[in-house]
Amino acid sequence: MSPVNYLYLAALLFTIGATGVLLRRNAIVVFMCIELMLNACNLALVAFSRMHGNLDGQIIAFFTMVVAAAEVVVGLAIIVSLFRSRHSASVDDASLMKL
Amino acid sequence: MENLIALLIAAPLLGAAVLLCGGRRFDRVGHLLGTALAATSFVIGAALFANMLTKSVDDRALHQKLFNWIDVGGFQADIAFQLDQLSITFVLLISGVGTLIHVYSIGYMEHDERRRRFFGYLNLFLAAMLLLVLADNYLLLYFGWEGVGLASYLLIGFWQHKPSAATAAKKAFLVNRVGDIGLSIAIMLMFTTFGTFAFGPVLGSVGETSEGMLTAIGLMLLLAACGKSAQVPLQSWLGDAMEGPTPVSALIHAATMVTAGVYLIVRSGAIFNAAPDAQLVVVIVGAVTLMFGAIVGCAKDDIKKALAGSTMSQIGYMILAAGLGPIGYVFAIMHLVTHGFFKAGLFLGAGSVMHGMNDEVDMRKYGGLRKYMPVTFVTFGLGYLAIIGFPGLSGFFSKDMIIEAAFAKGGTEGWILGSITLLGAAITAFYMTRVMLMTFFGEKRWQPDAEGHLPHPHESPKSMTIPMIILAFGSVFAGGFFSIGDRFLNWLEPVTGWDHGHAPISATTVTAATVVALLLGVSIAWVMYGRKARPVPVVAPRGSVLTRAARRDLLQDDFNHVVLVRGGEHLTRSLVYVDHTLVDGVVNGTAASVGGLSGRLRKLQNGYARSYAVSMFGGTAVLIAATLLMRAV
Amino acid sequence: MSFPLLTATAVLPAVGAIVTAAVPAARRTTAKWMALGFSLATFALAVLVVARFEPNGDRYQLVESHSWIKDFGVRYELGVDGIGVVLIALTALLVPFVILAGWHDADPLENSSSRWRPTQGFFALILMVEAMVILSFEATDVFLFYILFEAMLIPMYFLIGGFGDRAHSGSDAAAATQRSYAAVKFLLYNLVGGLIMLAAVIGLYVVAGSFSLNEIAEARASGELDMATNTERLLFLGFFFAFAIKAPLWPLHTWLPNAMGEATAPVAVLITAVVDKVGTFAMLRFCLQLFPEASKWATPVIVVLALISIVYGALLAVGQRDIKRLIAYASISHFGFIILGIFAMTSQGQSGATLYMVNHGISTAALMLVAGFLITRRGSRLIADYGGVQKVAPVLAGTFLVGGLSTLSLPGLSPFVSEFLVLVGTFARYPVAGIIATSGIVLAALYVLVLYQRTMTGPVKDEVRGMPDLRPRELAVITPLIALLLFFGVFPKPLTDIVNPAVEHTMSDVEKKDPRPDVEAAK
Repeated sequence: MSPVNYLYLAALLFTIGATGVLLRRNAIVVFMCIELMLNACNLALVAFSRMHGNLDGQIIAFFTMVVAAAEVVVGLAIIVSLFRSRHSASVDDASLMKL
Repeated sequence: MENLIALLIAAPLLGAAVLLCGGRRFDRVGHLLGTALAATSFVIGAALFANMLTKSVDDRALHQKLFNWIDVGGFQADIAFQLDQLSITFVLLISGVGTLIHVYSIGYMEHDERRRRFFGYLNLFLAAMLLLVLADNYLLLYFGWEGVGLASYLLIGFWQHKPSAATAAKKAFLVNRVGDIGLSIAIMLMFTTFGTFAFGPVLGSVGETSEGMLTAIGLMLLLAACGKSAQVPLQSWLGDAMEGPTPVSALIHAATMVTAGVYLIVRSGAIFNAAPDAQLVVVIVGAVTLMFGAIVGCAKDDIKKALAGSTMSQIGYMILAAGLGPIGYVFAIMHLVTHGFFKAGLFLGAGSVMHGMNDEVDMRKYGGLRKYMPVTFVTFGLGYLAIIGFPGLSGFFSKDMIIEAAFAKGGTEGWILGSITLLGAAITAFYMTRVMLMTFFGEKRWQPDAEGHLPHPHESPKSMTIPMIILAFGSVFAGGFFSIGDRFLNWLEPVTGWDHGHAPISATTVTAATVVALLLGVSIAWVMYGRKARPVPVVAPRGSVLTRAARRDLLQDDFNHVVLVRGGEHLTRSLVYVDHTLVDGVVNGTAASVGGLSGRLRKLQNGYARSYAVSMFGGTAVLIAATLLMRAV
Repeated sequence: MSFPLLTATAVLPAVGAIVTAAVPAARRTTAKWMALGFSLATFALAVLVVARFEPNGDRYQLVESHSWIKDFGVRYELGVDGIGVVLIALTALLVPFVILAGWHDADPLENSSSRWRPTQGFFALILMVEAMVILSFEATDVFLFYILFEAMLIPMYFLIGGFGDRAHSGSDAAAATQRSYAAVKFLLYNLVGGLIMLAAVIGLYVVAGSFSLNEIAEARASGELDMATNTERLLFLGFFFAFAIKAPLWPLHTWLPNAMGEATAPVAVLITAVVDKVGTFAMLRFCLQLFPEASKWATPVIVVLALISIVYGALLAVGQRDIKRLIAYASISHFGFIILGIFAMTSQGQSGATLYMVNHGISTAALMLVAGFLITRRGSRLIADYGGVQKVAPVLAGTFLVGGLSTLSLPGLSPFVSEFLVLVGTFARYPVAGIIATSGIVLAALYVLVLYQRTMTGPVKDEVRGMPDLRPRELAVITPLIALLLFFGVFPKPLTDIVNPAVEHTMSDVEKKDPRPDVEAAK
């Protein structure tokens, strides 16, 4: 099976993730979509690694996983504290970033 | 000997410094110190004069260089003095009359709490005026020129609590500044033409440049002279300057400062000689002012303003004579000196009258004063006879010479100028007789002052009458003394040059005509103001159109007011508006539009994380697309 | 290595600023004396600089040079020429008077319980400005100069916005609004200028590969560096724009009346007599030296703008109702003269312009500080609120008149010498411009004498009655200034001897020679 198909899959997953981030309001879902995008990237990286025949892509994929784990920790903490203060997990309720 | 020149100026300058900065501890001796230093100056001047007399004619000029004042590139100005026959004449006049007026002021200003400062200003004036006539280059002359302007400003406005005095002082300074533009530009022209502005080199190399350039320099010098000497069109300040204390009017606005313009023109004779067009303008200005001042003098009821009109007119004579070229230079200066005596005497007399009349200046409220103020009457009367040119007195000789010189100009010009000067002599006789009659003769027309006191005229103290007597001597004898054996002519000729001209009529005829003009003027005045049958009304009659115009200085002030003052006010006000709305407005407008734009841009920042994410995705997508596109191309 | 005198002269006031700022809140008087002491010590160092300076020696003297940011070739390079020396002396001379005149300007209000230390801050900021201005007169590295040119805005901003004139007509809140408007306007104007100059500085580095004034000038002179005409013109405009705002030249002047009106009188002196001089100084040093061809190209326009400044500033001064704004507009007129002198490109014009900077500093300081004393007494800046002061406080009125007379360039006072030199220098090159500028002397007399007449003469107004005359501290401020005006009016030689050789250098930079007198030229 051609490794190119993995790339198509990665693109598909990325698009699904991106759409989710842009359209969904629930912070948890947005968060999961981000994870989906990250994993799509990982898939692409591994696929490229296979295609080019060196290990750089796989190493970067490991990095991504570690960083993603850290990000999950921080992100969930933020979401939980937001939920505590506002009793809602909707991202649109937190619009304090505007001037 | 030349080292004394600086002392001439230093003495009064020291007085000014001590009196103005010394504070109240000099209040009791200030006037004595000021007078003593003025007298010192006169003594030094007399010594220098005596020394000059002992020398041969070609060797009389003295030079003293103190130090280099300004030195930038080719621009060299020294603090250096030149004392020749012309300067020493002025030095003696200035310090002599100056000292007398200091003495007079001791009495006149006795009750003024700021007398010390008055003497300080007088000393400052003397120093500046001496600097003006002693300078050996035009820039230093300019220094003195502005210095006398400052002193004049301070003294006219001496009674600053009177708004009219403050306004008159300001006006005098401003009008003089207009004239100063002329002097500045003349100096610049000299610098760009000759590379210097010292008297010697400039006047010595007149032949090396074009007549057009010399005409330009001459006209600029004339503008300066017009400002300082109150000549048309810059004459309007002199009448108002009478707001100052009377000794000031006598010293500055009659005898010395206002004649500085004549000095400037005579000193720059070489330039004018080579620029006939400029000379013509000088003559015209002199002739116009001569008539202008005389007409104004006829209509004024304020004794000082009548005398001021007369001063203007007499200086017109001098300027006219100076414009005649070598024919007239000597006589311009001679009239200047005799005028210094009699006009200072007349002003001091007027001051004495005012002193006795509760400071009343309106001649319609005088009358019959000859019995109450005999000394004043006699001295004033002698001055009067001198100014109208009564045969044998000073004014007769000097004015007659000018009239002769005017005829000697030759051609139609000579006839016109000669007739004008003759007519002027007649008018002079008229208005001076009018002053004399209204003040000292006729019925008493005394009016109570603001507090209801009738004046009690009395003779003034000795300190005031003695200077008047001395000046009266000068008024009587100076002219004769100068004319016998052409003393004055021989004295000044080496400096100013002299030319007979070509008189179309004999000197005797001119003299006869002058006397006729004089008698005519006196008798008309007698008919109008002297007869018992027609007493002088206390309230001025309405008068003809000309009289009313002359009372208002021939409408010059009205013109100034409408055009310059009002116009200027509108201009500045509109400029303030323009500055605020337009110049500042453009900048503020830019700021406002930037602000508006950012206000609109701010709406994009709605705070929703998702919309930020959209723009991030969008941006990334555009970037990637662009990259691919570039690759493809 | 010899003692770094120039650095010391600039660093001393900076140290003074820090020390003064650190004085505890209760010790206000100590802070004042400390500031005065530091400013006097700086003046002593400045005198030493003048003494060490050889007028006919090298162009730049007392040179210090250290590498600073190697990658960009930025160096810490100092050196002074005759023009810089007299301006350093002027700055160091004026600051002690500014401090002394502003002795009580920053005392905390009686009812204030703020823990903030305004007095210390006020004097520290003044010293900081002094340090930066002096260093900018010394910098021969374009980048270093640029940094200082911008950095001095910061303390000035706080001085204008934080310590306003307590005499104002409206409510406290309205005054605060006006003050912050003035401060922001000052800052924005100068920042815009600075921004454009920054672009030009970078552009210069790209073209010339160096920030060093000497290196660039040498390269230009030897022909190694050949700028394209358009590049040179653009760079020139970038620099000139910034300097014209600071100077200020019409039509970029509108920040000055606001800033001078709202600031306290001593700060107003600091603005116009010290900080603004950096602008005109920089025109002489950077514009003419780095871009001689472009300077000549732009001269006609600049001469016209300078003439407009002269006449326009004077006319607006006549129309003002506020004493301090009047003096501000008069200064705009005077800056017109200075710029006219610089761009007349004659030795009289440029020497005159340099002298003018010094004399304008002294004379405006005299006039403005006396005006400040007057305003503090009456609590109003409006001319109409005064009248007859002369009768009540003759010494105050007398010094005010002398200050005014020096502003209108009366011979015998130092501004006359410089103004006449500028006029002659201009006239020799552009007669018409010279004549128009000469008419400015009438307008100057007008605004000065109208101001004097309305405030000092006439009947005594009730509010003015009982106004005390000058106090010893105020006399100590004004007497030396007047003495200097008189001294340099009669004997300007000490100044011209220092300035002339420097001006000759500048003249040779632009390859201009004085026009020869007609008589000689004809031979």
